[in-house]
Amino acid sequence: MSTRVGVVVFPGSNCEHDVVEAVQGLGAGAELVWHGHRALGDLDALVLPGGFAHGDYLRPGAIARFSPIMSAVRQFAAEGGPVIGICNGFQVLTEAGLLPGALQKNRGSRFLCTTVEVVVASTQSALTCATTVGEVLRLPINHFEGNYTCSAETLHELRAEDRIVLRYAANPNGSMDDIAGVCSPEGNVVGLMPHPERASDPLLGSADGRRLLESFLVAAGSRPLPAGSVRPG
Amino acid sequence: MRFPVLVEVKLRPGIADPQGATIERALPALGFDGVHDVRVGKAIRFTVEAADEDAARKQVDELCRRLLANPVIEDTEVRIG
Repeated sequence: MSTRVGVVVFPGSNCEHDVVEAVQGLGAGAELVWHGHRALGDLDALVLPGGFAHGDYLRPGAIARFSPIMSAVRQFAAEGGPVIGICNGFQVLTEAGLLPGALQKNRGSRFLCTTVEVVVASTQSALTCATTVGEVLRLPINHFEGNYTCSAETLHELRAEDRIVLRYAANPNGSMDDIAGVCSPEGNVVGLMPHPERASDPLLGSADGRRLLESFLVAAGSRPLPAGSVRPG
Repeated sequence: MRFPVLVEVKLRPGIADPQGATIERALPALGFDGVHDVRVGKAIRFTVEAADEDAARKQVDELCRRLLANPVIEDTEVRIG
């Protein structure tokens, strides 16, 4: 049975089909999950894609965290299921308290739409478990609020627990400690501003995003089962 | 009773404010040379039903904490009445 990835669609998401395409290109199954649903179905991994969930009203992710699907997302994450938030999905995960910190407006007040180099800083996450530390990946970024910020204590904790997953080679947006992606203490919930799904084929200018999505599928294939459940044979 | 409420959401001290900085940089071009410390926030107005002002304030503080502001980067100032 192939790995099944759910891609959560909020009103205003706009990268969900790119994620489905990229994941299917790697041989896994993918399906869209509407934010208004309360249950996830039988899925091995979840992606919160980029876009402008609920119009980014109030703050990016501020309203999306109250979408009905989010309690199922929270439970899936608590059971160890791999969850990644890409760009706006990262903002939703921080607003929902599934990841620490916040994404504020870019330094220089500039909307950034370019390709950057990011460096793998930790392999202790669902997104980097099959990569190597120091590996450089060329990935597109496309955001206004990508400037990662957290308290000094949180930053200390992230460093000490090896939870800074990706760093920018040249900081484009003012992010603290050049952070491009962080993960939860267990490493199964990961947020990143760059778009791996948009770097999934050489035709798109880079196929480096596949390295991260392949890791994600490895994590999805080996995720711990919730207590009391039996994996169908 | 209905209480009119004004919530000011502002970036916490020490959090960079690129919008404020941009506005501050633009002002000298218009001849305003003495303007400093520009900070951009949001003003949110609404009315709230409550038995008295204390109860209203309690509700507003809670909704600020849970929705209107992100405590990692923002503070709120509440005015009731």
